[in-house]
Amino acid sequence: MNIVETKDVTKVYHQGKVEVQALAGISVSIAKGDFAALAGPSGSGKTTLLNLIGGLDNPSAGTITLDGETITGLSQSRLATMRLNKIGFVFQAYNIIPVLSAQENVEYVMLMQGVPAKERAERARTILDEVGLSGMYTRRPAELSGGQQQRVAVARAIVSRPAIVLADEPTANLDSKTGQGLLEMMAEMNKKHGVTFIFSTHDHMVMDYAGRIIYLKDGLVVSDESK
Amino acid sequence: MYLQLSWRNIWRNPKRTLIILTAVVIGAWAMLLFGALSRGMMESMLSNSLNTLTGHIQIQKPEYRDDRVVENRINNPAPLEAVLKKNLPAGSRWTLRIEVGGVASNARNSEGITIVGIDPNREPGISFYGDTLTQGRLLAPKEGHGIIIGKALADAFETRLGRKLVLMTQGSDKETQSRAFKIRGIYRAELEATEKQYVFISLTAAQKLLGIKGGVTSACIKVPDVNRVEHMVQTIGPNLPKDLVALPWTKLLPLLNGYLGMFDSFMLLWYVVVFTAMAFGLVNTMLMAVLERTREFGLLKALGMKPVHIVGGVLTECVMLLAVGLGVGNLLGFASVYALSGGIDLSFLSQGSEFFGMGHIIVPVLTLKDIIYANAVILVLGQLVCLYPALKAGRITPVRAMTH
Repeated sequence: MNIVETKDVTKVYHQGKVEVQALAGISVSIAKGDFAALAGPSGSGKTTLLNLIGGLDNPSAGTITLDGETITGLSQSRLATMRLNKIGFVFQAYNIIPVLSAQENVEYVMLMQGVPAKERAERARTILDEVGLSGMYTRRPAELSGGQQQRVAVARAIVSRPAIVLADEPTANLDSKTGQGLLEMMAEMNKKHGVTFIFSTHDHMVMDYAGRIIYLKDGLVVSDESK
Repeated sequence: MYLQLSWRNIWRNPKRTLIILTAVVIGAWAMLLFGALSRGMMESMLSNSLNTLTGHIQIQKPEYRDDRVVENRINNPAPLEAVLKKNLPAGSRWTLRIEVGGVASNARNSEGITIVGIDPNREPGISFYGDTLTQGRLLAPKEGHGIIIGKALADAFETRLGRKLVLMTQGSDKETQSRAFKIRGIYRAELEATEKQYVFISLTAAQKLLGIKGGVTSACIKVPDVNRVEHMVQTIGPNLPKDLVALPWTKLLPLLNGYLGMFDSFMLLWYVVVFTAMAFGLVNTMLMAVLERTREFGLLKALGMKPVHIVGGVLTECVMLLAVGLGVGNLLGFASVYALSGGIDLSFLSQGSEFFGMGHIIVPVLTLKDIIYANAVILVLGQLVCLYPALKAGRITPVRAMTH
């Protein structure tokens, strides 16, 4: 079963009078449980595609289906609800809210979902334990390393039980050892919870961990390989 | 957790928060203190005016209001007295008076004054007569030649207790009448102009001076509750002899009444002016706080937070800032008013303050209405000006925020 399907998706940005074609007609399908990487050089359209799949932006043309629902053309409010319930995000940087502790950051999405306080706390602590942050529940982001902050972001992305987790260059700001640890942890989450992951990356280490690599160039898919 | 997040957000930059809190505190304090002083001045003006002979209600002939001469007198006040005895509520005070213009003179000076013939038993408690005597004694009932004058008049005439003063006025026969009186008492009033204006003689002496038997020019009434004056006028009016009217102080002092009518508007205007100065700081601070957190708002939107909740979050932070500032500002305002509850001596401005009919001592008066107005202006308008940065935060898109 496909969790994501894009059909002839294009995206054109207007910068003054200049038109920049970020995506030139992309049709891909991501199956449930995939651990896939969108690879390619800078400007190839990886992040743009990830943003469109995540409902953060609208395509210029084409359709995107997420978990059986066509998200193209949905209102901002519907897209927000869809993101809240179906998507977990891990960004390259600035992933967590600085004034909240690790546990509070993880709880925040569940709070928006209306999960009761007691259940929120239990689920947040369990997932923080799983990502290797036992005993760091009350630490604020400033008291955590970059790798630990990304782990909190992964925990927050998974805890809401989304259909898919979208990670935009999650290891870009980490040293290789920390990045590897984060990837191992995400691979484990993929296996253990069956969560679908899509990364955008040009980091070869990430590609080594990916079960499928979709290579983009100039806004087009140039290769799609499964290991 | 939402409230906790808002509270922590406002303390992200403590220095900036403290600066804007200081602005709100000073604004709230200034609104309350200067509002209380203004209301104190206004009440001082009202109190002085009512206590200087106006009272709450006066009953007189309609013509007397425009032409205060003896011809417009009430010849037979007995039916009027009967109405007052029957209709006034318990605790009310009333008296009959003769009040006409005249000239006072002695060997050194002569000045235009107002001759007030009073019932020495009834007058105290209705006007300032009785409470303000500083030298000598009050008039005895039916005293024929005693007079009470103000300190300023005594100084101007270089006279003192026991000396003679000649009063001259137009009698009922339209001839000039004069009579010598002996100064029995000297009073001090709030305003020097009052001391120079009014001299008191007994009603009997005034009737003799004017050549009228039993006549008076007006009745003056003070009721226990100043807010029920209009009601009392409605009650008394229909029962009065046909040629008399009951006038509330609002009609007797139209200028003051007009000023009082505008006073609440002035206060509101003052609050808005203070708030406007504060609003620039507030909106600037909130805008900076929003712009600094552009990426964070983008993240929250990406996570599924709806714009309306982001707007609500920023407004909550604004309310918290305002609430803390108002709390401290109110406490400071109350403390300042309490510290000044003994009054502020404005003697050094006495001539200026007298021009407005105020006393030398201004006691700040803080009313619940003024407290609510001041706080409501800051809270409601504060929310309105915070809407701008809040809406700006609500419009941030995740994609733009991430590239910020």
